[in-house]
Amino acid sequence: MRPDAEFFPRDPADHPPAYSPVYKSSVLRSPRFPLLSLQNSLSEVTGPVFGATDIGPLDHDLILNYVQSGEPIGERVIIHGRLLDGEGRGLGGMLIELWQANAGGRYRHALDTYLAPIDPNFGGCGRTITDAEGNYSFRTIKPGPYPFRNRVNDWRPAHIHFSLFGSGFAQRLITQMYFEGDPLIAHDAIIATMPDPALRDRLTAKLDLKASVPLDTLAYRFDMVLRGRRQTRFENKLQGS
Amino acid sequence: MDYLPETPSQTAGPYVHIGLIPRQAGFEIFVNNLGERMVTDATRGERIRIEGRIFDGAGSLVRDALVEVWQADAHGRHNHPADVQEGAAHDPAFHGWGRAGTDFATGIWAFDTIKPGAVEGRSGRGRMAPHVSLWIVARGINLGLSTRMYFGDEAAANEADPVLNLIDPARRGTIIAARGGRDGAVVYSFDIRLQGEGETVFLDI
Repeated sequence: MRPDAEFFPRDPADHPPAYSPVYKSSVLRSPRFPLLSLQNSLSEVTGPVFGATDIGPLDHDLILNYVQSGEPIGERVIIHGRLLDGEGRGLGGMLIELWQANAGGRYRHALDTYLAPIDPNFGGCGRTITDAEGNYSFRTIKPGPYPFRNRVNDWRPAHIHFSLFGSGFAQRLITQMYFEGDPLIAHDAIIATMPDPALRDRLTAKLDLKASVPLDTLAYRFDMVLRGRRQTRFENKLQGS
Repeated sequence: MDYLPETPSQTAGPYVHIGLIPRQAGFEIFVNNLGERMVTDATRGERIRIEGRIFDGAGSLVRDALVEVWQADAHGRHNHPADVQEGAAHDPAFHGWGRAGTDFATGIWAFDTIKPGAVEGRSGRGRMAPHVSLWIVARGINLGLSTRMYFGDEAAANEADPVLNLIDPARRGTIIAARGGRDGAVVYSFDIRLQGEGETVFLDI
């Protein structure tokens, strides 16, 4: 393995601790032993590579990708931004997947029993491949808040789950995006796993009026950062793949 | 110098299936369900099944997790430009990556794949014993958990493996899977314990 293929180490201060009692589900699902620190080998600096042919032309458009009899109900929004490494370079050719509740806060999922109705025209998932500069864009319906079983009166703020691939398996990341100005952000137990306000801010998409489509769709901007490699030769090779 | 901090992780939550394996959530939406099938008739190597369950700190089954695997092909090559090992090219009929959910009823996750070959170690001198990398996310897991699964029938290679040798011998066995069989197929059983007695060794990679 070329030594410069490895990733900069992860900083635990950038993430919520595994054991975060405010979010009760973490109490029994967090390791007690410290993680074993491992310098990267080929198993970590390599990872699955995806290309435009892996996904469909409407996969990034949640307004259209599950249409049965018409378009889904709710606020039409564009979520867009860039996928970057720690040195601010765009990561091109990377797979981004997302999923979310519908406008009423209900998931299309066998185990979601919230009383808000399923929207027959909304699947709630999408995916895209970043362009050569790391840009991505989705079109969707703004998800609604919903209650969840933690404390009795806990509600999730509107949020979208993001799943990110870099070019190495060590970069694999799942996160959640919140919407600027949502009053539930201050009360959410899952956001509270990040006591540092700087981390919360990094997960809050900002209203982006200039990227909105007048008379049609509002836009929010959300940039994401994955760990970088000591050099970028491999990302360059992957672009356009 | 200032670097941009990595985006904070958040739990995948209980509905991760919608985004990553929508069929398990209960609907069809994508033509290509990524990571669903790892092996075709053209793939080289010994067919194996890797399966297991996940337990929490109270010993209860975790039924809402998602597991991803990443591995080398039968000759120890990765389908990736950063793999610059000398020797045979990677198997074009093997991507090396898969994803599966734990079953909502039984808690079992499984991958039908091939047994990987040994891979050159970080130093370039020794070889790492055959292994697959695993990544586990679920409700209650704030940052995806990384580990490796080694093969119980590779005793000599495991003994020389640079990663296994970093682990207290008392815990090494938590990431070595026993080889077994069922109906003529090879099955490696790999239960994962998130916390407590027999806790799986998780890696900060």
